[in-house]
Amino acid sequence: LQKSWFGLGSLFSGGKIDESFWETLEEQLLLGDVGVDLTEELIAKLREVAKGSNVRDASELKAKFIDLIVQKLEEIPGMGKPIEVKNKPTLVLIVGVNGSGKTTTAAKLAYKFKQQGYSVLLAAADTYRAAAIDQLKVWGDKIGLRVVAHKVGGDPAAVIYDAIESAIASGRDMVIVDTAGRLHTKHNLMEELRKVKRVIEKRLPDEPSESLLVLDAVMGQNAFYQAEVFNEALKLTGVILAKYDNAAKGGIILAVAQKMSLPIRYVGLGEGIEDLEPFEPRAFVEALLS
Amino acid sequence: MFDSLKERLEGIFSKLRGKGRLTEEDVNDALREVRRALLEADVNYKIAKDLVERIKERCLGQEVLSSITPAQQVYVVVYEELCNLMGGKKERLNFASKPPSVFMLVGLQGSGKTTTAVKLALKISDSHKPMVVACDLRRPAAVKQLKVLAEKAGIPFFGPDEAGSGDVLGVAKKALRYADDHLIDVVIFDTAGRLHIDEDLMAELEQMHKTLNPHEVLLVIDAMTGQEGVNVAQMFKEKAGITGVILTKLDGDARGGAALAVKAATGVPVKLVGVGEHLEDLEEFDAARMAQRILGMGDMEGLLEKI
Ligand SMILES: Nc1nc2c(ncn2[C@@H]2O[C@H](COP(=O)(O)OP(=O)(O)OP(=O)(O)O)[C@@H](O)[C@H]2O)c(=O)[nH]1
Ligand SMILES: Nc1nc2c(ncn2[C@@H]2O[C@H](COP(=O)(O)OP(=O)(O)OP(=O)(O)O)[C@@H](O)[C@H]2O)c(=O)[nH]1
Ligand SMILES: [Mg+2]
Ligand SMILES: [Mg+2]
Repeated sequence: LQKSWFGLGSLFSGGKIDESFWETLEEQLLLGDVGVDLTEELIAKLREVAKGSNVRDASELKAKFIDLIVQKLEEIPGMGKPIEVKNKPTLVLIVGVNGSGKTTTAAKLAYKFKQQGYSVLLAAADTYRAAAIDQLKVWGDKIGLRVVAHKVGGDPAAVIYDAIESAIASGRDMVIVDTAGRLHTKHNLMEELRKVKRVIEKRLPDEPSESLLVLDAVMGQNAFYQAEVFNEALKLTGVILAKYDNAAKGGIILAVAQKMSLPIRYVGLGEGIEDLEPFEPRAFVEALLS
Repeated sequence: MFDSLKERLEGIFSKLRGKGRLTEEDVNDALREVRRALLEADVNYKIAKDLVERIKERCLGQEVLSSITPAQQVYVVVYEELCNLMGGKKERLNFASKPPSVFMLVGLQGSGKTTTAVKLALKISDSHKPMVVACDLRRPAAVKQLKVLAEKAGIPFFGPDEAGSGDVLGVAKKALRYADDHLIDVVIFDTAGRLHIDEDLMAELEQMHKTLNPHEVLLVIDAMTGQEGVNVAQMFKEKAGITGVILTKLDGDARGGAALAVKAATGVPVKLVGVGEHLEDLEEFDAARMAQRILGMGDMEGLLEKI
């Protein structure tokens, strides 16, 4: 199963720029989950570009359009940037709604950094979902990493506290924390995350810690609200687009990136441990228009 | 959240208050807002387009009623069309005339299959003796997850002898034999999450379907799903012969327009909805409520009474 990271479109492959061209473009963006507002905004901009630069040919305009969006994405600080291991330990908190891909992504990240020679600790702070701890432990065994876990139903903040202590004691480079899935509309669960964040900040006041939101590529407009609310609670440092091996285009992350100035850091491209890559704005935009 | 369609329509029609017929111009303005609302609710682009055409036909030249505002009038038409699309009647599960009934849950990764398998078993356990079967032998701890949930709900569980061992068809066949021996009358199979474009794994479902001859193949789909929902449903219909849909995670604020698109594109009805992580959180699907949710509508009942 291969993702069409690069599959150039037929839409722009030549021809005149007429009304039907604009309609097709609109359809493409809407079908890619870009959303009505941003689609209208982008098309208005492109119309200006088309007018101002006497571009006649659709494929020429396509190149300009891609450049335009890519440039806007690249302006966002941290776009496509891998996690940097600066201090010991660097903490990475993985959050998101139910089933978006958090646990798998936590394992993939742990594997990636282990491969790069860092010592990594996994923390099983999803103490709620059935067999969530076991799921992370299976990954931990496969990768050959220790997983800090408490009992089912325990306090997630306590798990994280323990993991930090243990990482400091053993001089590890990173702690990657898997958390329970929660819908952004559940106030008590979002409050629990704020508490977790406070615990981390208290114990690691000087370390830059990462809070990454995992979004499922098949999600539509709701992903925007998820990002808004999780960002408000945690000051996210980025988004990971999981399950991007789906045919879905994940266009809503354009709105997430632009409206919230949130960088997309990685994309998940499969269920395997190696299926995680840094986000590439150009490849993403080209796929959106293919 | 998005402004509700109602507010936007009121805005558009605020100038036009009163008599005569709805003109093409009024209707076009209103329909732009309708289309926007549908897209913002994740109704598939193509389905939204067809729907708007139909709504237009019905609105054009309609006499403006004195009992309600023109905005309300358009809004009732939209509502009715959505309800029609989703099917008015309650859709029941199809049980075998001669037990055991075989149900399969299928869908994308993380949509809620495993949780829903146990929810479903619990829901029918008043009148049946269901069992859940772990046929996700791929995802780490998937078998254990189903087992833990089944134990919690007091539902019989069947799985492979050892985690990570055995093949899906082997486990499935053994499960049916076990059901026969233990007077189980509904066997619910949890399957591994898979992408609709993954040919190998979709072929596995085809195989399973042939072996099990299920009475229900239920597509478990996340209410947050976007435009791709239609293709997901079409592929699962083609390869796995889905007979019903279960829409999950409706306890959030997703509008759930994908549900409508799925029905419109495949004709397969939504039968149940998941409204929480607890095992009791599974409800009958209600088309009217869903239509209101998609449009962010308020009190339709009151409005319908005035017509
Ligand atoms: N195809 C594909 N599947 C993925 C990807 N990432 C995760 N998955 C699958 O998605 C499903 C859900 O992943 P999890 O990691 O369990 O998701 P989660 O967010 O931890 O779920 P909860 O803890 O229940 O909220 C699993 O079946 C994963 O194998 C990806 O990049 N591609
Ligand atoms: N809020 C909410 N969460 C739900 C609902 N249904 C399932 N979930 C959660 O969604 C996540 C994924 O559910 P699973 O049952 O593991 O999904 P799955 O389809 O079996 O996932 P894979 O086997 O990995 O493909 C879990 O965290 C569930 O608790 C629901 O109706 N509402
Ligand atoms: Mg998890
Ligand atoms: Mg499952």
